[in-house]
Amino acid sequence: MTLARLSAVLAALALWGCGKTESPAPEASKPAGDTQQAAAPASAPAPTEPAAPVVKIGLAVPLTGPQAHLGIEIRDGAQLALDEANEAGVMLGGQKVKFELMAEDDEANPSKATIVAQKLVDAKVAGVVGHMNSGTSIPASKIYSDNNLPNISPSATNPKLTEQGFKTTFRVMANDNQQGKVLGEFATGKLGMKNVVIIDDRTAYGKGLADVVERTVKASGKTPAAREFTDDKSTDFQAILTSAKGKKPDVIIFGGMDPQAGPMAKQMKSLGLTAKLVAGDGVQTPNFIQLAGADAEGHYASSPGVPLDKMAGGSAFADKLVAKYKTKIELYAPYGYDAASLFVEAMKKADSADPAKYIAALAAITHNGVTGPIAFDEKGDLKGGLITIYQVKEGKWMPVETVGGN
Amino acid sequence: MSKFDLFLQQIFNGLVLGSIYALVALGYTMVYGILQLINFAHGEVVMVGALVSLWVSLKLIASGVPGPLVFVLGLTAAVPACMLLGFLIERIAYRPLRRAPRLAPLITAIGVSIVLQALAMMLWGKQYKSVPQLIPAIPLHVGGATISTLQLFIIAVSCVLMAGLLVLINKTPLGRAMRATAQDPTVAGLMGVDINRVISITFIIGSALAAVAGVLVSQNYGIAHYYMGFLLGLKAFTAAVLGGIGNLTGAMLGGVLLGLIESLGAGYIGDLSGGFFGSHYKDVFAFLVLILVLVLRPSGLLGERVGGRA
Repeated sequence: MTLARLSAVLAALALWGCGKTESPAPEASKPAGDTQQAAAPASAPAPTEPAAPVVKIGLAVPLTGPQAHLGIEIRDGAQLALDEANEAGVMLGGQKVKFELMAEDDEANPSKATIVAQKLVDAKVAGVVGHMNSGTSIPASKIYSDNNLPNISPSATNPKLTEQGFKTTFRVMANDNQQGKVLGEFATGKLGMKNVVIIDDRTAYGKGLADVVERTVKASGKTPAAREFTDDKSTDFQAILTSAKGKKPDVIIFGGMDPQAGPMAKQMKSLGLTAKLVAGDGVQTPNFIQLAGADAEGHYASSPGVPLDKMAGGSAFADKLVAKYKTKIELYAPYGYDAASLFVEAMKKADSADPAKYIAALAAITHNGVTGPIAFDEKGDLKGGLITIYQVKEGKWMPVETVGGN
Repeated sequence: MSKFDLFLQQIFNGLVLGSIYALVALGYTMVYGILQLINFAHGEVVMVGALVSLWVSLKLIASGVPGPLVFVLGLTAAVPACMLLGFLIERIAYRPLRRAPRLAPLITAIGVSIVLQALAMMLWGKQYKSVPQLIPAIPLHVGGATISTLQLFIIAVSCVLMAGLLVLINKTPLGRAMRATAQDPTVAGLMGVDINRVISITFIIGSALAAVAGVLVSQNYGIAHYYMGFLLGLKAFTAAVLGGIGNLTGAMLGGVLLGLIESLGAGYIGDLSGGFFGSHYKDVFAFLVLILVLVLRPSGLLGERVGGRA
């Protein structure tokens, strides 16, 4: 565990330090076991040509910072997909190829994400799994599009990502138009909400989701009592929660991630605010329950897709991932796995790792992934994405209902 | 909840926030008073305090020690650890540069801050960590507002520590040596004050206060992470400037005022501006205060003119 952590830190340092060496980072950020062997090829790059041609798949997610736990599981999921493809042996253009993951840390920071994106383009990767956040995916997708490099986001859900009209942008998760609508309808419908305060963290994801929820709530004839704001680094919400309390809400909808939602749930309790917290997929994690402790009880969050144990190959996938990397699956690992698998499948169909050749196959793909059947619409969005709503009961996220299909 | 209850609640929130700012601000102001140095690594000491106490607490809870005792033991681990850290920071990063231009120690201060953040990230990981509730947070109702026993505890501990510090500075021989060093290090040295010792002690006391603040803040929010010291440090620095940097009472006043300004500001700006400004301007208040003070009254509320010294 500490070794893996250390190697992640070293990878981050390597990212800062390097510029001239080709790509030491992906080797360094491989799971701990490989670090030693991998160090050798990194220091002696060009002359020794490996036997099988290498197809590099880029990966860009936060590997440091508050959301690193989610980025790391995407990385491990994608790595597993490529490992399996290598074990099975993939022939492209009559040659057996070897898939390699080039993992980069975008720190969940939009400006860092564009640098990472350019780095992946320059490294001539064949496709990119990423980015994790909406705020990073949107600016990075422009760079990939300009360079005709397909990217599949495992988890960015802001609708704007695919509304830019890029032919190279795909995602394997239902977007926030779908998710926000489901959340809004759930709150006004099943929860019988009377008065709502909406809070968001001002990120592309949080604000985007909260905006859609607000529209849905208004469409049902109710007016939100207040719209409050925080950011994705805060832990103090006393002031906004107190001001929310004055509006007597029975539901508080939060667009944001678990590092904020956890303390928020705690502070709601300590202020005597009995409203239910309703949030999106960024909160539907074990980490939220750990951070909020007993105060997580009774709150709701949605997540695109179906619960891991209800996914077609969910439990088998979880077993494999845990056996191989000891990764704790909170949320996104299956999506990282599916995104990487889609590249392999599309390349197999087109019999080429050249983006210009396989992109048509990717756009038209129908694939049975761990997360369910995957096909893209003309924008690159997931067709018929399902959304499941969960509630914390006795310290666990329990599915309440699955709503689906646009 | 009536309008007045809401107001009272925001005052409570502000007082809790403010007493933590005040504790941290004291560290900035003590060091500035003696060395005219802004110790930008001070926020990181708060973070180390929180994480050390969390680390010890988790070990103790696993072996079944009851909550309040764990809190005390966690604190007794964090305070000496931070004292040592404060001592080392001064010894390694500032003392060799004492005769250097004033910009040099400022740069090492920022360097130390980055190093400490990176070290903490390597030691304790990148995730936000959940801090177990050790001091019971029983909600007490005052009118329609709520304040928890934990929050009262935070305010009480801060007050006791601040009073203790005032006594130490104003009534003891050590305090006299510190005041003398602040006035003129050279002359104080000639009068037999061991300057290096006084400066070390200043860092050690400031760091001890920071450790307590770190433990309290992590108890209050139930969360700790390697990045927590950064913004808290900046806010506390603002509080120190607001009160008049170099002035102890000023730091306390500045801290409490800043807490109240933030709390009331974030709580009411939305309603007062008809929704034009929102609560996302919360952090802006602190730094708006910083700018206003620097422009209108650079010496702060209680500060003396520092022109001669600078």
